[in-house]
Amino acid sequence: MTTRTAASTSPNDTPIVSMDMITKTFPGVKALDQVKLDLYPGQVTALVGENGAGKSTTVKILTGIYVPDGGTIRINGDAIAFASPNEAAAAGITAIHQETVLFDELSVAENIYIGHAPRTRFGLIDKAAMHRAATKLLDDIGAPFSAHTPLRDLGIANKHLVAIARALSVDARVVIMDEPTAALSHKEIEELYALVETLKSQGKAILFISHKFDEIFRIADRYTVFRDGAFVGDGKIADISEGDLVKMMVGRSVDQIFPTRSHDVGEEVLKIVGYDHPTEFADINFTLNRGEILGFYGLVGAGRSEFMQALFGITKPAKGVCRINGDIKVIRSPADAVGNGIVYVPEDRGKQGAIIGLPIFQNITLPSLGKTSRNGFLKLAEEFKLAREYSQRLDLRAASLDQDVGNLSGGNQQKVVIAKWLATLPQVIILDEPTKGIDIGSKAAVHEFMAELAAQGLSVIMVSSEIPEVIGMSDRVIVMRDGRIAAELAGDDLTPETLVRHAAGISTPTKGAAA
Amino acid sequence: MTDTVQTRHVPDRLQGRAARLLKSWEALLLGVAIAIFVINSFASPYFLSAWNLSDATFNFTEKAMIAFAMALLIISGEIDLSVASIIALASTAMGLAVQHGAGTPELVVIGLTVGLLCGAFNGFFVTVLGLPSIVVTIGTMSLFRGISYIILGDDAFRGYPASFAWFGQGYIYWVFTVEMLFFVVIALVYGVLLHKTNFGRAVYAIGNNPTGALFSGIRVARVKFILFLLTGVMSGIAAICLTSRLGSTRPSIATGMELEVVTMVVLGGVNILGGSGTIPGVVIAAFVMGLVTFGFGLLNVPGIVMSIFIGLLLIGVIALPRLWAMVAARRKS
Repeated sequence: MTTRTAASTSPNDTPIVSMDMITKTFPGVKALDQVKLDLYPGQVTALVGENGAGKSTTVKILTGIYVPDGGTIRINGDAIAFASPNEAAAAGITAIHQETVLFDELSVAENIYIGHAPRTRFGLIDKAAMHRAATKLLDDIGAPFSAHTPLRDLGIANKHLVAIARALSVDARVVIMDEPTAALSHKEIEELYALVETLKSQGKAILFISHKFDEIFRIADRYTVFRDGAFVGDGKIADISEGDLVKMMVGRSVDQIFPTRSHDVGEEVLKIVGYDHPTEFADINFTLNRGEILGFYGLVGAGRSEFMQALFGITKPAKGVCRINGDIKVIRSPADAVGNGIVYVPEDRGKQGAIIGLPIFQNITLPSLGKTSRNGFLKLAEEFKLAREYSQRLDLRAASLDQDVGNLSGGNQQKVVIAKWLATLPQVIILDEPTKGIDIGSKAAVHEFMAELAAQGLSVIMVSSEIPEVIGMSDRVIVMRDGRIAAELAGDDLTPETLVRHAAGISTPTKGAAA
Repeated sequence: MTDTVQTRHVPDRLQGRAARLLKSWEALLLGVAIAIFVINSFASPYFLSAWNLSDATFNFTEKAMIAFAMALLIISGEIDLSVASIIALASTAMGLAVQHGAGTPELVVIGLTVGLLCGAFNGFFVTVLGLPSIVVTIGTMSLFRGISYIILGDDAFRGYPASFAWFGQGYIYWVFTVEMLFFVVIALVYGVLLHKTNFGRAVYAIGNNPTGALFSGIRVARVKFILFLLTGVMSGIAAICLTSRLGSTRPSIATGMELEVVTMVVLGGVNILGGSGTIPGVVIAAFVMGLVTFGFGLLNVPGIVMSIFIGLLLIGVIALPRLWAMVAARRKS
């Protein structure tokens, strides 16, 4: 923070884009509540906030994917309303997402100009003109590959450059970068910074979304902080310290009530020693006790879900030992994991959790068919009995147990997935973002139920990116960063500030005052 | 929570068995089958004869044996287009064995073994190497039949033992053929396997959502491999019956049968994208195709018209519910 270059070179102080009183509501959730955001030409504005603060929704409104329920967006002073992504693009707003949609089988030039390629007199694509223009764009941003290269031959960093060139090809005035460095190496990040400087010098307004405080303080000129869909504050980066920014980001009124739990835990159930993976995680060691809720916190891409899937046998760790009740167990498949009492409630409910298209009762009994059948033959009465028992336990709301899971709400689908696993009588249940995308009421029910499971002696691993949930529910929290365990926190050490610091890798432990 | 929250009652089912049955695809298809039967019996005086109807069953029994296994494979989201070529290869292997003096028991073992090995070959590429089954089995479709052509050239194997004729030409009682017995037994076995066992439930789960099934602890690759083995073995049984019925083996045996098998499965209400379908549906589809072929045969309708009709029937029966829904939706608005 002390070595910040004097970036502000006579900045224009009237914003290009000005969002005011923007509100967006989804069924059950108020994603944005009267937020404001200004973007200035030739400046980088960092949008800071936890997961669920409303950053992605803001980006989607700016790029015309969502239509806001209320508020105004002004571009150079004129109020506008985007009816479609095309209109946002025509207004010169372009976004580079974490995973930009590109086409592997096309060339770099075709990727840059797809949808707006130069045409010949006959209406065909003018390949020569397209390649000339693409080559110039690539030269401008210093890309080390030719416009003819097939995209599939490029690495992730170079694909990012293609995405940037594509963004520039439409003559953008506003460039949105959504966690652009999440997948990049150190050297590539430096190159990206240089590119951002180039874009600034061309007078473009840049919205920079990142969880990494070092890069925010390195390249941003301004900041805007959202929390729980509401505007918290904005200003110039030069006028704020890291500590204050963290406080603005997490300092919430604790309005969510979590169930009170005794933190007495039983004997060791699970012990993980030296789990390693070639790319996703390394050197994971921890223990889990009976009746304990162990939180896993970290930024997106910290390797939490990847590790959990290795624990569940979906991916194979390169090395590492898993002990259950002291015995070494080899888990090569989810079937092995379930057999050893480890079950996993995935984050991606629709794809990995519930089997849409099968009725509720068949979803619930799927991993327990061994119990509800005789010699491999189904016994429907037994299946309905088991499904009834667990749907009642989870207070499932459905028309009938024969109903397709696809027709249920997100919260009730989650209940079906949890019921499915509880019916197997597991020892360890892994919940990956258990309350993501479900309404407040169901959230409280899931929290209460989790506490009850732990009280009954089940060991719970909860992967969560929501700080209040992590702190409110966990006995202990493991923070992961870049595929490794960054810290293990419990008791008084477990605060929003410590979580964010360890997850983002902020070294200075002093609170507040800095610089 | 069980004692603090009042327990909510969710009924097991909303519709009774009869209501579900009435609304099913199978009911619609059964209507079509009955209609064709009635039309046929008016169109030709020879139709309603026990012996003629008995002969007519040969039009579908062999195909249906494969179709039952294929139904499970398609429900699981895979397909096997090499089944007719497996018949050619199995038949060729049996013919070769006959030239070296093999008896009926050996021939049966050889037919079944070749089918099993071909199924294992397909299954290996799909489940172990993770290749798409449609590509793998288009490849093995050429490969298996190609081997038959290399072995046989323009020749044919004959000289099957007299006892071998039982499978394709034998009768159990009166007009009831051995193949009919096989058809009934195999239909029952696959009906139970798909609808009454844990294995069948896994097949549905995989077809609906392979990732979700894997995440539910189902051994997806193992189930799919078994399905390829079953399809191979059923092709082997069909090869035994067909070879026995024809009494000879040419490399062109059963050419194009894979598409008729798939047609039968899809006509039976199995979703070509996987996830749904029933064995009773395939049984009725087998009868429909058999009745159409036989009825047209009696009326001396050329083969090409027959395939046009089957094609239209397939598209029509599939499009009908969709069209119905569109009309209903328009009427509402």
